[in-house]
Amino acid sequence: MIIVREEKLVEKKEHPLIVSVSPHVRGEETVSRIMWSVNLALLPVFIMSVYYFGPRAVYVTGLCVLACVLSEYAFQKWLRRKVTISDGSAFLTGLLLGMNLPPGVPFYIPLVGSVVAIIITKQLFGGLGYTIFNPALIGRAFVLISFPKLMTIWYKPTSAFVGLDATTTATPLGILKEGGLGQLLEIFGDKMHLYEKLFLGNTAGSLGETSAIALLIGAGYLFYKRYITWHIPLSFLATVGVLAWIFGGKDIETGKLIFFAGDPLIHLLSGGLILGAFFMATDYVTVPTLRKGQIIFGVGCGLITMLIRLKGGFPEGVMFAILLMNCFSPLIDRQVRTKPFGAVGEKKK
Amino acid sequence: MSLHKKSSWELIKNGMFGENTIFRMAISLCPSIAVTNGMKNGVALGISVMFVQTMVNFTVSLLRNFIHPKIRIPIFMLIIAGYVTIIDLLMATYARPIYKEIGLYIQIIVAFASIFARAEVFANKNKVWPSVCDGFGMGVGFLMAMVVISFFRELLGRGELFGYSLISGNPLLIMVLPAGGFLAVGLLMGFFNWVDMKFYGGKGASGV
Repeated sequence: MIIVREEKLVEKKEHPLIVSVSPHVRGEETVSRIMWSVNLALLPVFIMSVYYFGPRAVYVTGLCVLACVLSEYAFQKWLRRKVTISDGSAFLTGLLLGMNLPPGVPFYIPLVGSVVAIIITKQLFGGLGYTIFNPALIGRAFVLISFPKLMTIWYKPTSAFVGLDATTTATPLGILKEGGLGQLLEIFGDKMHLYEKLFLGNTAGSLGETSAIALLIGAGYLFYKRYITWHIPLSFLATVGVLAWIFGGKDIETGKLIFFAGDPLIHLLSGGLILGAFFMATDYVTVPTLRKGQIIFGVGCGLITMLIRLKGGFPEGVMFAILLMNCFSPLIDRQVRTKPFGAVGEKKK
Repeated sequence: MSLHKKSSWELIKNGMFGENTIFRMAISLCPSIAVTNGMKNGVALGISVMFVQTMVNFTVSLLRNFIHPKIRIPIFMLIIAGYVTIIDLLMATYARPIYKEIGLYIQIIVAFASIFARAEVFANKNKVWPSVCDGFGMGVGFLMAMVVISFFRELLGRGELFGYSLISGNPLLIMVLPAGGFLAVGLLMGFFNWVDMKFYGGKGASGV
């Protein structure tokens, strides 16, 4: 009864002196505002991917976005749920999925990935806010495992890229895994050239992951708007950097492991690490909500990433790292929950 | 003595739909994921389970008055193991190629929850003919589930059925991997529950 009366009062807004229940101060941030801001933050990344991979980038990303939005619309219509395509979350999923695909994929890979991402990972679990795993990453994992050959053909960036006339090559991390640092330096010249190319994004890789500078600009915008905090990205990147420094060093001739001789910058700048750390591992829904838990989450992501990069079968492990840590989010949240002041601890049985 | 006053056909239908081992009870999921990456294996295991389930129910029901309640579990185990050995040796002799692939899972039938559960909750308390019907129905239900799951997994994952290639192009490789097994079982379970809710009011497709 009381609740009904409160609502009526709030609707009328005639009595400024009426005491109402909290929250009293409302921000202007809404879900759709945040989602569209993240989309905006991905704009520089998209521009760089068009610059390096030409019309093909528009084609792949556009297909992903279109398929994501359409499948969300169709599924919500079918289940007679409220259609929420205008909040930008499906758009964001499509954009992130597109940024995570290699430029030369045939048309059905973005379609399959989008349908899996939206319908299986997001809508079947209850829609936005109820997902266990990051939808875009599940979509990518699904297509990577389903079409392992097509998903690992990488192209050298050329702006006139249309798919057939481009040269294929391995990603920097792939070269590092197969041939070691020596071969990587042979291809790129010296270390400064390598860093420069990795930083600007002039290397083979997924559409949105190559250009570190564009990603950092986007991430800077999100930091400025305070939509993401430093906890996850910093702990993620720091763990990867430290582990790369300790375990990443190899003797060029013998291939034997040398401790504390690795090059953290190569590992930090290459692959999907920056994209993953700033845009995927900061997804509100699938990560721990408490700050302490977020740091644990980031460190865990870093550990698994480096484990896969250095010891696993895949050259890149950011995707699997984030997905695996997503499973642990509820567990982490439960572990780091703070005890209210003065609370009595549970009795030991 | 009989707890269930249903006709034989109702008992069989109950096993097939109302209490389908995999889609309704969600037990014995291990083989439904491990073996269903091809129709051939799925059907072979389904038929084996059908045979063992029917015969175990028959035997347990026959002996139900002689089995001391305190040692019934080991005795069920012995009966099941006996029939599993029969099917194991038969397959090893007459269906060598399939046996090489799914031999382990044939032996694991001994530990199937569905067979054990039916012996305990039904055959141990009912007369012989209803028990045989129940066991047969459960077995058919399991076989059906295996056929449906392996149909989708083989068709989508390899583009083949019974080893004959039907679809060219790039299949969804994930469907024949274990992850695809979970996906297929989950989606089909959801689908059958949806059908059940939509057309039978959530009572099970047999209307029981």
